[in-house]
Amino acid sequence: MRIGTVQIEKRQIVPPGIRILNSVLFVLLALVFSSLLIIAAGFNPIAVYAKMISYSFMSLRGLNGSIKAGLPLMLCGLSVSVAFRMNLNNIGAEGQYAAGALLGGWFALFGPDMPAAAKLIVMFLLCAAGGALLAAIAAVLKAYWNVNETIVTLMLNYIALLFMDYLCYGPWMAPKQTSAITEQIPKDMFLPNIGNTGINSAIIIAVVMALCLYLFSRYTTAGYEIDVIRNSVKSAEYAGINVKRKIIAVMIISGAIAGLAGFVQITGIVHRVQAQLPGGNGYTGIVVAYLSRFNPIAVIIVSILFGGLKNSCAAVQIMGVPSQIATMLQGSIMIFVIAGEFLNYFKLTLNREKHGPGRLQDRSDMPGLKEGCKGKENYTEMKGASR
Amino acid sequence: MTAFITSILSAAIVYAVSILYAAVGEIFSQRAGIMNLGIEGIMLMGAVSGFLTVYYTNSLGLALIVVILVGALLGLAFAFLTVTLNADQTVCGMAFLIFGSGLSGFIGKNVTGIASAVKFEKFEIPLLSKIPVIGDIFFRQDLLVYMMYIIIPLSMLYIYRTRPGMILRALGENPAALDAVGINVFGLRYAYVMFGCAMAAVSGACISLSYTNFWNEGMTGGKGWIAFSLVAFSGWNPAKAALGALLFGGISIIGINMQIYLPGIPSQFYGMLPYAATIAALILTTGSFRKKHTEEPAALCRSYDRESR
Repeated sequence: MRIGTVQIEKRQIVPPGIRILNSVLFVLLALVFSSLLIIAAGFNPIAVYAKMISYSFMSLRGLNGSIKAGLPLMLCGLSVSVAFRMNLNNIGAEGQYAAGALLGGWFALFGPDMPAAAKLIVMFLLCAAGGALLAAIAAVLKAYWNVNETIVTLMLNYIALLFMDYLCYGPWMAPKQTSAITEQIPKDMFLPNIGNTGINSAIIIAVVMALCLYLFSRYTTAGYEIDVIRNSVKSAEYAGINVKRKIIAVMIISGAIAGLAGFVQITGIVHRVQAQLPGGNGYTGIVVAYLSRFNPIAVIIVSILFGGLKNSCAAVQIMGVPSQIATMLQGSIMIFVIAGEFLNYFKLTLNREKHGPGRLQDRSDMPGLKEGCKGKENYTEMKGASR
Repeated sequence: MTAFITSILSAAIVYAVSILYAAVGEIFSQRAGIMNLGIEGIMLMGAVSGFLTVYYTNSLGLALIVVILVGALLGLAFAFLTVTLNADQTVCGMAFLIFGSGLSGFIGKNVTGIASAVKFEKFEIPLLSKIPVIGDIFFRQDLLVYMMYIIIPLSMLYIYRTRPGMILRALGENPAALDAVGINVFGLRYAYVMFGCAMAAVSGACISLSYTNFWNEGMTGGKGWIAFSLVAFSGWNPAKAALGALLFGGISIIGINMQIYLPGIPSQFYGMLPYAATIAALILTTGSFRKKHTEEPAALCRSYDRESR
């Protein structure tokens, strides 16, 4: 399509630079849009934004808080991006997080006494297993009976969260507590901070996980096969890839990573199990994964930014701004970036030639194609005759 | 005993109606091929906008209009993303969920927990409410409930017995075929998504203007998800959705009451039942081991792009 001297073309492969530029542009547009809502609520948007940025990212203490808030998000985002890469809409990170936290938390709270390192390793594995188990239910249903995995994972979220509520209000509730929290896990299971930075070492788990996933998708056959399945299930089956097994494997890995969010949160931050522990991070993880284009390294960075957004609530609350501003901003950023996505697939170029580039050829007079059509006609005729 | 049962059933109906608006809207939207996961967020926006209108104007009629407009406006944005820009519907739904719950909390902060002067009050329908038991259960309700008695048969009639209804069903099964015969696929999808969102917003208003008469952040408390699950549970059929809603409503009301009689079973397990039932129903009605055609729209969650037809 041409408008004046500007040529608009469609493109298939989007350079990463364009993607980032586009996302930044639409994040800014989202902030402009939200500032209208902030003005309507009677606040000065520039002051609010400045306060949020300076609180969350300009001081070491604030940055620590942002990373802390972003920690579970990283693992949820990674979990979602693994599944979404294969077009599996696993929106169950929330429930898988809860399931992991419950299984791992059960061991941490009531498990036998062992050396701290051994306890941590067992808990790590149990958290992963909890998330994986919940995801496996949806995976098996999807692989063998083609049951919609979006709806199943969503329903399992609520079942897991309600079970968590039951345990935290019931048998696990710490005595002399009014809120639904358990006792603290043993002190030797707390993950330490890195040096004296105040950043918890749990972040290493997330970063290593992201690196592994990145290398996996980039350099292994299985990673390549997942890309093939995403683009076309039929060609994957034709190429001899066992799609059913891949669906189950990917969902289990995705669930296990979400379960590890529980490990990170319990051993690194809250040191206990409590009702509503995931607190929506599983859902925000979908936003994070999408904004990062399912790239594991980008997930880490976007998680810290989103953690900062959450963290800055406290600062603007002092100004009288409702803390829900963070959730609102997250939502509007996401809506705008989704809207901006389509621009990635168009290339604007200045075109000084008078005639069009002649890219769209009339293929009907190409001899090969016509022959092909004729051959097909003959084939169907023959099939008809033989019948 | 009768009084106890009627009170439970009557409460179950109020609960059922508060999720049915959203569920029926979502049935239309999904039948058109667009899955809107953001119901919960849109319900919250409906709840807060309705409450704010009533709080400042004391007019329930105006509130209902505002709620429908807010829902339709959000639907317009959702349709723009999913129908025109072909964005991923799951991701869009999440975005609207988060945006709706954030924005509703943001604009409703100042009126949190304050009771409004008016709400949809229950009134008796003259003759019908005199029928023993049934009259007490069905005909001593508020306007939003009575409206639902009309919406269910109408929507059944529309989907299964009219030409536009047939087109709607085809829209979710094979949009390319409709496009080929000259039907405006994009326009229709816009219309049904906006209708679905407006209905979800009314569902929210049921909670803030009829169930209670105040606004609280996140007051829908997962009802949007129950409405969403109801759609798959019912096999995309409004009448079955109504039965399902009564069942879910009954379970949740009984769950609250049973605490008194059966303290052994914690209330959370009653809360799980709708979700577990939905998974079971989904497997039974859409599992590929079935030989019969499933009710799940074939083009559900797939954006229609003319160029990749």
